[in-house]
Amino acid sequence: MSFVARCATRPFRGTAVRGFASSAARRQAVPTEKPPLVKEFKIYRWDPDQPDKKPQLQAYKINLNECGPMVLDALIKIKNEVDPTLTFRRSCREGICGSCAMNINGQNTLACLCRIDRVEAKDSKIYPLPHMYVVKDLVSDLTQFYKQYKSIEPYLQNPNPPEHGEYIQSQEDRKKLDGLYECILCACCSTSCPSYWWNQDEYLGPATLMQAYRWIADSRDAHGAQRKEKLQNELSLYRCHTIFNCARTCPKGLNPAAAIAKIKLELATE
Amino acid sequence: MNCTRIGFGSALRRAAFAPKLVRNQAVFRHVFKRTLKIESLSPSAEEVILNTQRLKRPSSPHFTIYQPQLTWVGSIFNRVTGAALSVLLYGFSLAYLVAPSIFSSQNVIETVKALPTSVKIAGKTLLALPFTFHSFNGLRHLAWDSGRFLTLSSAYNTGYAVIGATVVSTIALVLW
Repeated sequence: MSFVARCATRPFRGTAVRGFASSAARRQAVPTEKPPLVKEFKIYRWDPDQPDKKPQLQAYKINLNECGPMVLDALIKIKNEVDPTLTFRRSCREGICGSCAMNINGQNTLACLCRIDRVEAKDSKIYPLPHMYVVKDLVSDLTQFYKQYKSIEPYLQNPNPPEHGEYIQSQEDRKKLDGLYECILCACCSTSCPSYWWNQDEYLGPATLMQAYRWIADSRDAHGAQRKEKLQNELSLYRCHTIFNCARTCPKGLNPAAAIAKIKLELATE
Repeated sequence: MNCTRIGFGSALRRAAFAPKLVRNQAVFRHVFKRTLKIESLSPSAEEVILNTQRLKRPSSPHFTIYQPQLTWVGSIFNRVTGAALSVLLYGFSLAYLVAPSIFSSQNVIETVKALPTSVKIAGKTLLALPFTFHSFNGLRHLAWDSGRFLTLSSAYNTGYAVIGATVVSTIALVLW
């Protein structure tokens, strides 16, 4: 605000505030401050600059009454006010970018969509995504995950594009893509899958397979046969044992297990 | 609104009338040296650091920290019971092949008959529980593979149904 503006408002603001304050003090009770609600967070720490030091849980105590409602708010508060070396990924804070995927209290989810459990006696444990190489603290290495996604060629492939304008799709065919295209590739599902834990070098995992089905199911795509052919082996697809951890953990409420079952059914009946 | 426009305007004007030298970013950077130095590395040197880090990266904890859920605990139990039943089947068959006289049906029946009741009940439970669970869960898998019960809630409901059927049929088999 400029100097001019402050000069102009000063005379009448001063009297108005004084009048309000004196009358309010008589009528209103003094607002009681909320008692501090101290919650302990135990967070997985590993520092690449001290690689021989074993990973450990570090405890942080914060007052939830001075913190936002979500786990991501707590992490940011810790990083800002307690320990700036704490490392995690975050971006949109509203569950659309998928950066803050981590294991909170034993379940993979997005920290920005996960409410802090306000029970003071129970601590909250935060780990990086399970069975992934750790880059630092809560940041896991997703190189392999992205490579797998790339391997299914996640784009429209059709050698015969329409002569005029765009690809036409019926409303029924478009409906088949609902529940598939919403995936944000946060890797929560893949890293919750025991099959992916043991075989992530060859098994594609729920996130990638659901996207594979997203393109198989698309009426505009002409490469369905080739896409299915690629999955016709022991490991890429069939390591899925219909465990349903993926559907249970998905922060977007999608169901990769059902998509994979549909690929299996299509492969079996073609 | 008016005041902010005035303030902003004056700042703009000041910048416009400032000597050209200060407006030049290169000169500006030269004059106000950073206090914090950042080491820049060639891409190949960066890769060396990355690769040495990669060699020592730990793998994050998995089943020890994951919340036990009906989904994956049930799946592990299905695997374990399947393996145990197979070991029993193949083990007994091979043993019978090697020593048919010792593992003949008559011998087995007589040995079991001589056991105390408590051991009999425990043994029957130990056989009946994996067998019934694995069978019912097998039906659940067949249903999934034919495209049924594929929502999360029906996965849970069929899971509870399998547990219920296992308990009932195990008790029935033990009492039989």
